[in-house]
Amino acid sequence: MAGAGSFRREMLEAQAPPAARTGRLRWLQENLFSSWQNALLTLLSLAAILWLVAHVWPWFAHSVWDAGSLTECRAIIRETWGEGASGACFAVIRERWQQFLFGFYPRELYWRPTLAFVLMFAALAPILFAELPRRLRWFAVAFPGIAYWLLWGGPASVPLAVYAGFAIAFLVHRAVAARASELVALILAAAAMILWWLHLAGPVARALPILPLQPVGSSRFGGFTLSLVIGVTGIAFSLPLGILLALGRRSQMFFVTTLCVGFIEFIRGVPLITLLLVASFLLNIFLPPGTNFDIILRVIIMVTLFASAYMAEVIRGGLAALPRGQYEAADALGLDYWKSTRLIIMPQALKISIPGIVNTFISLFKDTTLVAIIGLLDPIGLTTAIRADTNWNGIVWELYGFVALLFFLCCYGMSQYSQYLERKLRTGQR
Amino acid sequence: MTSIDTHQEPFRLGMLLNDTRYRSLTIQVFALAAFILATAWLVSNTVQNLSALGKDFSFTFLGSRAGYDISQTLVPYTNNSTHGRAALVGILNTILIAILGCALATVLGVLIGVLRLSGNWIVARIAAVYVEGFRNVPVLLWIIAIMAIITESAPAPSAFRGEEASASMLFGAFAVTNRGLYMPWPVLGPGWQLVVLTFLASLAAIVFLRRQARRRQEETGEILPIFWLGTGLFFVPVLLVDALLGGPITLDYPVLERFNFAGGGFVDKALLALWLALSLYTGSYIAEIVRAGILAVPRGQTEAASALGLRPRRVMSLVILPQALRVIVPPLISQYLNLTKNSSLAIAVGYMDVRATLGGITMNQTGRELECMLLLMGFYLLVSLGISSVMNWYNASVALKER
Repeated sequence: MAGAGSFRREMLEAQAPPAARTGRLRWLQENLFSSWQNALLTLLSLAAILWLVAHVWPWFAHSVWDAGSLTECRAIIRETWGEGASGACFAVIRERWQQFLFGFYPRELYWRPTLAFVLMFAALAPILFAELPRRLRWFAVAFPGIAYWLLWGGPASVPLAVYAGFAIAFLVHRAVAARASELVALILAAAAMILWWLHLAGPVARALPILPLQPVGSSRFGGFTLSLVIGVTGIAFSLPLGILLALGRRSQMFFVTTLCVGFIEFIRGVPLITLLLVASFLLNIFLPPGTNFDIILRVIIMVTLFASAYMAEVIRGGLAALPRGQYEAADALGLDYWKSTRLIIMPQALKISIPGIVNTFISLFKDTTLVAIIGLLDPIGLTTAIRADTNWNGIVWELYGFVALLFFLCCYGMSQYSQYLERKLRTGQR
Repeated sequence: MTSIDTHQEPFRLGMLLNDTRYRSLTIQVFALAAFILATAWLVSNTVQNLSALGKDFSFTFLGSRAGYDISQTLVPYTNNSTHGRAALVGILNTILIAILGCALATVLGVLIGVLRLSGNWIVARIAAVYVEGFRNVPVLLWIIAIMAIITESAPAPSAFRGEEASASMLFGAFAVTNRGLYMPWPVLGPGWQLVVLTFLASLAAIVFLRRQARRRQEETGEILPIFWLGTGLFFVPVLLVDALLGGPITLDYPVLERFNFAGGGFVDKALLALWLALSLYTGSYIAEIVRAGILAVPRGQTEAASALGLRPRRVMSLVILPQALRVIVPPLISQYLNLTKNSSLAIAVGYMDVRATLGGITMNQTGRELECMLLLMGFYLLVSLGISSVMNWYNASVALKER
C-alpha cells in the first residue's frame, strides 16, 4: 500500500515524555542531583538533617512533663529510658507557663489580660482586613482605653477622661473653624485639649469613679503580657510619629527639617539600651523635682521614640520613591498640603514602604526584650530568674526554645501578613 | 492686551496665618520657640535636681581610681587604673567585638545568601530556615542562650585529662571548654618587626601588581597570571624572611596543667557567646541583603556577558559582582552599624564593653549618671557618624557616572 495514499490523515497523540524526564524523578534530577557538586551538597545536607533528627527526636520522645525540679526530671528519664538517655524536661514550662504569659499578675485576675488580648484581635481585624465593615474601626479607636482599664484596673473614668480630651478638641475645632482660619482652630483645639488633660481630666476622673476594677501595679506585669503591652503600644504610636517626622524631614522649612534630622540621626546613632538606661536612671533628673512616673510608661515612651526614628527613615524612602508627578498633580488639583498628603501622597508612599514598616514593627517587638537588662521581668528576664532557681539550675534548651518559639510565631506572623498585604495592594503598575 | 498683575499686596498681620508664603515663617518661629522653651525647661529641671541631690556636673571622676577588675583587656589595666582607663578598655572591647562580629557575619551572610539562591532545593530550604529562624528571634535571646549552652554543654578543662578523656582538642591546638576557647597564640621573638614589615610590603606589592595588570590589560588586552603571582608574593617573601631570621614568630600552644590550660591565647566564653550570637543574627540579615543584591542584577547582564565570550568566573567578577555590590554595600554597612550597636547587649553575658564599664560599673560606683550617659551616647554617635560617612563616601564613589 505504498504511494500517495500512505501518509497519515490524523494527528498522533503526543507521547508521554520518557520516565526519567517526568514526575518525581525529573524533579529530583533537576533540583537535587543536577551535577556532581549538587549531588554531594544534597547528600551532605541530608546527612546533617538526619544527624540532627537522630539527636533531637529521642530528646523530644523522652520528654518529661511532670516533675518538680531538674534532678527529678533526670531521675525519671533515667528510670524510664535507661542510663545515658537524653530527654527534654518540659516540666519547667508546665510549672511556669502562667508566669511566662502573665508575669506576676494576680492569679484570680488572669481573665483581664486574656480578655484584653482577645479584644486586641477584634480591634486589629478591621484594620488588617479591609473586607470588614469600616464602622468596626471605632472599636479599634476605643481599644487602647479598654485595654488600659482592663490591664491596670482602676475606674473606667480615667481612660474616658483622656478620650474626652479628644472630643473637646474636636468640638472646639468645629466651633472655631466656622469663624476663624483653620490654623487658629487647630491651635485652639490643641490648647483646649492640653488644658483639659493637665488640669481638669484628673479631678473629673476622680470625682466620677465609674466601673472600678481592682487596680494592678506595673511591678506585677511581666512575661509575654509585658512584651505585648510595650510592643503593641510602641507599634501603634511609632507609625504616626514616624510619618510626622518623615514629613518634617522633607519639609521646606529649614528649622523644622533641622529639628527632625537632628532627632532622627541622634536616635539612630545610639543603641536602644542607652535610651532605656536614660529612661530608668536619668528621666527623673530631667523632669520637675518630685515627678516619678511609671517605669513601663517610661520604657514605652523610649521604645516608641526609638522605633519612630527608624519608621521615619523607612517612610522617607517611600516618599522619595514616589514620582514627582504625583506631588505636582496633587498641587495642580488645588489641594492644600494636608489634603494632598492625606489623599494622594501618603496612601502611595505607605504602600511602597510596607516591607520596611513591618520590618520596623518586627524589630521593635524583638527589642522589647531589652527591658530585661533594666530589670523588668519579660520572658527573657524570667528565664534568667528561673535558671537562678535551685530547682531548675542548669536548664537551657527547653526554656530558651519555648521563649524563642513564642517570639518566632509573632514575628513570622507579622512578616507573612506583610507579604499578604503587598500582594493584595499590588496594583499591577511598576 | 492683558498684563500680569505685579501689584504687591500690602502686608497684613493675617497673612502670617493664611498666606502660604509667610505661614511657614510663623510655624518655624513657633517651633523654634517651643524647642527653646522645652530645652530651657529640661536644663532648669536638671540643674534643680542635681543641686537637690548635691551633685555637680564635672568629668573629674574619669581621673579617679576605678577599683574593679576587667577580665579581658586589650591594653594593660589593673583595678588601680582610672575610670578613664576603664572606659578606654571598654571602648577597645566594643571595637574588638564589632570587628570580629562584622567579619564572621559577612562570611556567614554571603555564604547563606548564595546558598539560598542555589538551584539545589534542599540547600536553599536549609538556608531559608536559617534566615527565618535567626531573624525572627530577639538577638538578646540568642546571646543569652549561646552563653548558657557554652556554660552547660561544653566540657570542663578537666575533661581533657587522662587516657580516656571525654573531650579532645581540635587539631591538637584548640580547646573549647566551659570557660572559653583556648588556642595557639603567636609569640614575638627578636626581629619580628622585620617579618611583619615584609608581610606589609608584599601586600603593598600585590596591590601595585594588580593595578599594573589592569592597566596592561586595558592597554594591550594581555591578561597577566595575577592570581598565581599574587599568591606567591603573599607567602614566599614572608616565609623566606622568617626562615632567614631563624623563625622569630612562633606559636605558643595551650597545654593542660593541673587545673586549667596554660599558655596560648584565651578567648573568654562571654566574648565567644557574644561573637557567635551577633554574627549568626546579623548574618541572617546580611544573607537577605546579598540575595536581594544578586537578584537585582538583571538576567540580561549575565547573558550579555556570556555572549561577549567571557568565561563564567569573569562574568561573575567583572559584570555581576560590581553591579550587585552597588546594591549590597549600603545596607551591609548599616547592618555593621546595627551589629556595633547590638554589641551593647554584652552586659547580658558579662563581657566588659564600653556600656558595661563606662555605662555600668563606673556609673554605679560614681553616681555620675548624667556624665556617663553623655559620654556613652557621644561614643556611639561618633561611631555611627564615622560608619555613615564611610557609607556616603562609598555611595559617591560607586554612583553611576552619567555623561
